[in-house]
Amino acid sequence: MDVYSLLRHFADSWMLLFMTLVFVGVVFYAFRPGSRKAQNEAAMSIFRNERRPAASGAEPDASKLKEA
Amino acid sequence: MWDYVKLVVLGVVAVFAAIAANYAHDLPYQVNAIVVMLAAAITFIWVARRMGEPVTVAVNEYNDGVVRAGVIATAFWGVVGFLVGVVIAFQLAFPALNIPGVEGILNFGRLRPLHTSAVIFAFGGNALICTAFYVVQRTSAARLWGGNLAWFVFWGWQLMIVLAATSYVLGGSQGKEYAETVWYIDWWIVVVWVSFLLVFLGTVIMRKEPHIYVANWFYLSFIVTVALLHVVNNLAIPVSFLSSKSVSLFSGVQDAMTQWWYGHNAVGFFLTAGFLGMMYYFVPKQAERPVFSYKLSIIHFWALIFLYIWAGPHHLHYTALPDWASTLGMVFSIMLWMPSWGGMINGLMTLSGAWDKLRTDPIIRMMVVSIGFYGMSTFEGPMMSIKAVNSLSHYTDWTIGHVHSGALGWNGMITFGALYFLVPRLWNRERLYSLSLVSWHFWLATIGIVLYASSMWVTGIMEGLMWREVDANGFLVNAFADTVAAKFPMYVVRALGGVMFLSGAIIMCYNLWMTVRAQPAKAAVNANNFVPAE
Repeated sequence: MDVYSLLRHFADSWMLLFMTLVFVGVVFYAFRPGSRKAQNEAAMSIFRNERRPAASGAEPDASKLKEA
Repeated sequence: MWDYVKLVVLGVVAVFAAIAANYAHDLPYQVNAIVVMLAAAITFIWVARRMGEPVTVAVNEYNDGVVRAGVIATAFWGVVGFLVGVVIAFQLAFPALNIPGVEGILNFGRLRPLHTSAVIFAFGGNALICTAFYVVQRTSAARLWGGNLAWFVFWGWQLMIVLAATSYVLGGSQGKEYAETVWYIDWWIVVVWVSFLLVFLGTVIMRKEPHIYVANWFYLSFIVTVALLHVVNNLAIPVSFLSSKSVSLFSGVQDAMTQWWYGHNAVGFFLTAGFLGMMYYFVPKQAERPVFSYKLSIIHFWALIFLYIWAGPHHLHYTALPDWASTLGMVFSIMLWMPSWGGMINGLMTLSGAWDKLRTDPIIRMMVVSIGFYGMSTFEGPMMSIKAVNSLSHYTDWTIGHVHSGALGWNGMITFGALYFLVPRLWNRERLYSLSLVSWHFWLATIGIVLYASSMWVTGIMEGLMWREVDANGFLVNAFADTVAAKFPMYVVRALGGVMFLSGAIIMCYNLWMTVRAQPAKAAVNANNFVPAE
């Protein structure tokens, strides 16, 4: 088989399957148990640090996250 | 030491550009070489005058200077791009406006790429770069990485715009839609774009937040994919180092497919993914509530990434492209409807519980209309990619109407919303100068788009039907010129819609200008706020 047919065959069989599985995996990952807390925190992150960067080296304070 | 290196490089560039201008084979190359020479000389003087000044970096502050510059550039290039659009719309309606004295420079054929590139790459590009810089700093809680590299990205992009504009009107073009820039401008775009990627990625890596907020995912995919598309589609060998002409590495249908793989994903990643990054930051911020569903935003992102890249062949239905390829493009285009509407729902539902803001806040209204147009054009697009529909719509004005409901409605309105959001914050003003002027802008722009899109539907479907109309003996009924004559009233309506959209943008510029000029600054929080009105 020439290179084109070989690549074409690979692309519409194993590669397609691989990419579909990766996508399905991503969806499952988004719905994994315990993801809600991390996602809520990320969704709220735009309401922090509006004016200046976080102090260097400091991890975001959990108590501050709540009130934000 | 570093300053001396800069001076040497700039001096060498200026000298070589001068030599290149002298020996140039064609006019666009010559003019571009002169522009490069001037830009290098100005930068040389600027660097030389600042030699030895102590460099102070305010690590505890965001780098907002470059965002401010980007906001100004966005507003400026927006008005320029819309103005050229209005001019060419009138040229189509009234061909006498292709003035004989400047034929070959300011006629429709030369101005059309100037218009498309000005709105997509100058207006849209500046909007994307400056909002990306703003959003990535806030959501990473870190100053932009790379110091003055961000300024290089800004000025490099403006230089690209000036080079491309002067090149187009003088006839420099690769003949590829939305990729008209000739080979040396393509190289310059690569340099600027990679710097953009470095600044963005560097900031994300240095972030103080544990998560990478979803808007940054969209921005990053936009930067990476556009780099990939741009490089592959512009693989070409220059005819000479002293000429703007080059020959593509691909030929025939391969070249066409590469071009529309680029072209459609330029829409998908430049005009969609990048602007979705804006949506996922500015809509929640303006509504003052988090995005409706963060899960949905993750799925929206990955579905868009996995599907968009295959949709390009729908631009080449009924051509030399193999049937399977155009069917593939059509199927993926239809599947794209899902993530697009998922994203639209996510954006709109962010307002759930705050719908009353629609009455009081014209900026939110602008953003909601933009998301509405996103939903409308991502419904219209898949529909037009169906082969049977495409056989009617392709090559007609329907396509132009579709592009503009996306570009004016979705990209334009979300950018206006972002600009209204940004200016009071960046210049530390209490509020916008006038909300009623925002309302004026909103209604002018919305009615302008509606006039534009509906007149293009009418004329597009009409000419599609006229082209295929045959009599009882199988002869075509209409000559091409008949369709042109029949389109005249719709072309006038379209041009008027453009005038309304342009006047809205001018009102916005006045409003933003007065926001900075006519209002006192709030109490300063940090050194960033001592910026004079500029």
